[in-house]
Amino acid sequence: MSDAEVPTLELRDLQTRFHTRDGVLPVVDGVSFTLARGKVLGLVGESGSGKSVTGFSIMGLVDPPGRVEGGQVLFQGRDLLQMSNAERRALRGDRIAMIFQDPMATLNPVLRVDTQMIETVQAHRSVSTTAARKQAADTLALMGLSNAGERLRAYPHQLSGGMRQRVAIAIALLHGPDLIIADEPTTALDVTIQAQILSEMQKLVAARGTSLIWISHDLSVVAGLADEIAVMYAGRIVEHGTVDQVLDDPQHPYTQGLIGSLPSANLRTQRRGERLRQIPGMAPNLLQMPEGCAFAPRCARASAACATRPEMTSPRADAPGHRVRCFHLGPVAAEASA
Amino acid sequence: MSSSTTLPLVDLQGVSKRFGAQPPPGVVGRTLRRLGWSKPPMVTHAVDGVDLAVRPGEVVGLVGESGCGKSTLGRIAAGLLTPTEGHVQVDGQPLHDLDGDARLAARLRVQMVFQDPFASLNPRLRVSRIVGEAARLHGLTDAAGEDDYVSAQLQRAGLDPALRHRYPHQFSGGQRQRIGIARALAVQPKMLVCDEAVAALDVSIQAQILNLFMDLRDELGLAYLFISHDLGVIRHLCDRVAVMYLGRVVESAPVDELFARPNHPYTRALLAEIPRIDQRRTAFNTIRGEIPSPITPPSGCHFHPRCPQAFERCSKEVPTLRGIAIHHASACHLNDAA
Amino acid sequence: MNWRRGFNEHSIWWRVAADFLRSRVAIAGLAVLALVALAALAAPWITPQNPYDLMQLDVLDARLKPGTPSSAAGFTYWLGTDGQGRDLYSAIVYGLRISLLVGIGSAAIAAVLGTGIGLLAAYAGGKVDAALMRLVDLLLSFPTILMALMILAYVGKGVGNVVLTLVLLEWAYYARTARGQALVETRRDYVEAARGQGIPPWRILSGHILPNCLPPLLVIGALQIARAITLEATLSFLGLGVPITEPSLGLLISNGYQYLLSNEYWISFFPGVALLATIVAINLVGDQLRDVLNPRLQR
Repeated sequence: MSDAEVPTLELRDLQTRFHTRDGVLPVVDGVSFTLARGKVLGLVGESGSGKSVTGFSIMGLVDPPGRVEGGQVLFQGRDLLQMSNAERRALRGDRIAMIFQDPMATLNPVLRVDTQMIETVQAHRSVSTTAARKQAADTLALMGLSNAGERLRAYPHQLSGGMRQRVAIAIALLHGPDLIIADEPTTALDVTIQAQILSEMQKLVAARGTSLIWISHDLSVVAGLADEIAVMYAGRIVEHGTVDQVLDDPQHPYTQGLIGSLPSANLRTQRRGERLRQIPGMAPNLLQMPEGCAFAPRCARASAACATRPEMTSPRADAPGHRVRCFHLGPVAAEASA
Repeated sequence: MSSSTTLPLVDLQGVSKRFGAQPPPGVVGRTLRRLGWSKPPMVTHAVDGVDLAVRPGEVVGLVGESGCGKSTLGRIAAGLLTPTEGHVQVDGQPLHDLDGDARLAARLRVQMVFQDPFASLNPRLRVSRIVGEAARLHGLTDAAGEDDYVSAQLQRAGLDPALRHRYPHQFSGGQRQRIGIARALAVQPKMLVCDEAVAALDVSIQAQILNLFMDLRDELGLAYLFISHDLGVIRHLCDRVAVMYLGRVVESAPVDELFARPNHPYTRALLAEIPRIDQRRTAFNTIRGEIPSPITPPSGCHFHPRCPQAFERCSKEVPTLRGIAIHHASACHLNDAA
Repeated sequence: MNWRRGFNEHSIWWRVAADFLRSRVAIAGLAVLALVALAALAAPWITPQNPYDLMQLDVLDARLKPGTPSSAAGFTYWLGTDGQGRDLYSAIVYGLRISLLVGIGSAAIAAVLGTGIGLLAAYAGGKVDAALMRLVDLLLSFPTILMALMILAYVGKGVGNVVLTLVLLEWAYYARTARGQALVETRRDYVEAARGQGIPPWRILSGHILPNCLPPLLVIGALQIARAITLEATLSFLGLGVPITEPSLGLLISNGYQYLLSNEYWISFFPGVALLATIVAINLVGDQLRDVLNPRLQR
């Protein structure tokens, strides 16, 4: 990527807060990253990490009591947060699209598939219904759905879960967007269907140069698909690097803990049936966040320095793209398993 | 591994389960059908002629995707559903021969841990009641000792007993799952059926719960029927695995054997398709087609429409589950040809 | 109570109460109801006259304007008198007693009966369920007033008979709702878990399923009280409810009907206002209760 090329998406210090009865929750707390054209970013975290809300904030879909309260979301150089609602609506569905975990969040159960797809096409282009239908059929074929004509005439409930998700993805792809945000789209699907969808996404991204943010809690899915990985914890990115850097050489204790908890990862280091390395403690309560590092209460390496909030730094001079938010960097070394 | 002469705790023999079947229609019903005014009921063949045995202290894994019937089979093993055909034996005695106290005892011997930590606990009851009600009812503890008994169960499941007067909504997903486990342990079972018990949990919590299962197996000598779609978890936890597809067991083997030398084409495809953390930017292998509906399963071998190695015998004849190596059985016509 | 605890740490009923009290309108409704209930309870002490005791009435004081002092007894008829010389204020307070008794009493009995039948139908399923629900359909398809008139014509007048009639007509609403809710709850994992632990069916129904069915039943209950009060007033207005010597609000309105055009409005007007205020208050409380208990509107 040349320096002159504007990145598809650049987030600068995004802040989204939820004002609830019990207090203010900093759900997204200063998230920054850059996504170049044609690249795939895996945004990984567990529940409560703020990864989904980050996706919604980019799309402008955060509902009250949540509000985007700070930072910039630069889409091809223009700040989405400063735009009017009408301008954002023009971009959504056309240049930026979102895929949700539950396809029924996209599909209206009382409308046929073709009605919904034609509606999406005509919302952004004035084309005839016939032309719109042809575009819909072509996009469905791209998603590997045979018999596109029949699928178009069906209602969502007549399709299986995997097919519904493919239709939802096809709707997202109708206008060939420059950016797709996918929020756990395959989590609820079977392994075989998941593999099919991942394979199709891969091909599409490669063919069209679409940038993709894949939000997931599943590191293994992201490992196969993504170019870069950003790990989120309590609303902040704690580690960001290429997929090889983050998975082969994790620096942050949380990332190391996540990888260590996976049974499949343990097969190389432990015998089957032994205890998994677990991260002690529980997910953080956003109402009672400690000053400084959010992970400190659960971290084996925590020290007095952790009372100040760490910034993202590059631990290795030879890998400047690999950034970590921690004062105690270094490989796992001789830590005892939990 | 226990020797095969030990009496199995739970023995399912030729078990089938169909939903939606109605008694054959009388004259009026038949006439209506012939006229096309009434349709035969849609029968779901959830489980089709399955043999499964779990011995004391053994961890048996049941793997498959949606529609394979593993949840139904698990409920039959736990006594929550009665099979349409076949026998269930608990501790060597056929279940339907028992009545009254003996039946209750058999039921308590096999307890279930459910998938959804939010739906499996009654939101209106306090945790102390949820865990202690059955124990108190069946005389495992008396009024005076109930509080201590409940505290002991909670502690065994890794929860602070001081929290026992709270309501389920005040706990996180992982903690609720522990409450469900404590509830199961309170009636002193010999076997736990875990129906996707960790699927809804975050990875770090999942590791904690899996470790808990392993600890309980070591401390109490519990047997497990562990139902999951996650092969990584199965590989880590189980001694033996049975792979199901559309209501039938297609392969069963000790776990190392299954992963090293999978025989059935479906098992092979399943293993090839699971995303793994060390596979980066791979081309995902896929098997074509969708999982058929259990209402209209394909003829002969259920897998033949998607099998890359199917030949004409596969659509005509149902393959039987036969031994192909020590303790390793597979249901595939390809084994006959060899 | 430890106010410093987080909202979620309290039991669900506490949270419901806290949510309920957020609406000023609902608090107003609740205040009116409290006032009415207190007045009804304290009736003998706050009224100058017992309007049901014929000995205390003075026929010569009939149809006096509001504010006229009584001729013999030494108090003022603040709201005037009716056609038989009853102090309207006393009659309204005692009438509210009857309205509340009939309304709450019939709603309570119908609730217990209807919920029991509904739960039974849901748990038993099959033919029992079908039979009971057809009975419910039957009851709900007839116009209520017509049915009430028929029943009352058969059993005769009187407060007890009115309550009986209302119970017979109202249990069906509770049954249908309880059954619907119970059907949903019966399929949930926690009920399966209870079965797996060998808990007997009746205990599952009463201890596990019933508490989860309560929210919609509470809403129906609140609104049914209003409905029962209105129905009783209607029946009394038509002359089929309470006896003439112990008039409820409906009968008072009916009695005053004939005098409306001759400018002696107060005989119907004030009981009407009292009835209206009570019904509106109950509806406001019921509406807020429904919003608060609606799971989809909850945070």
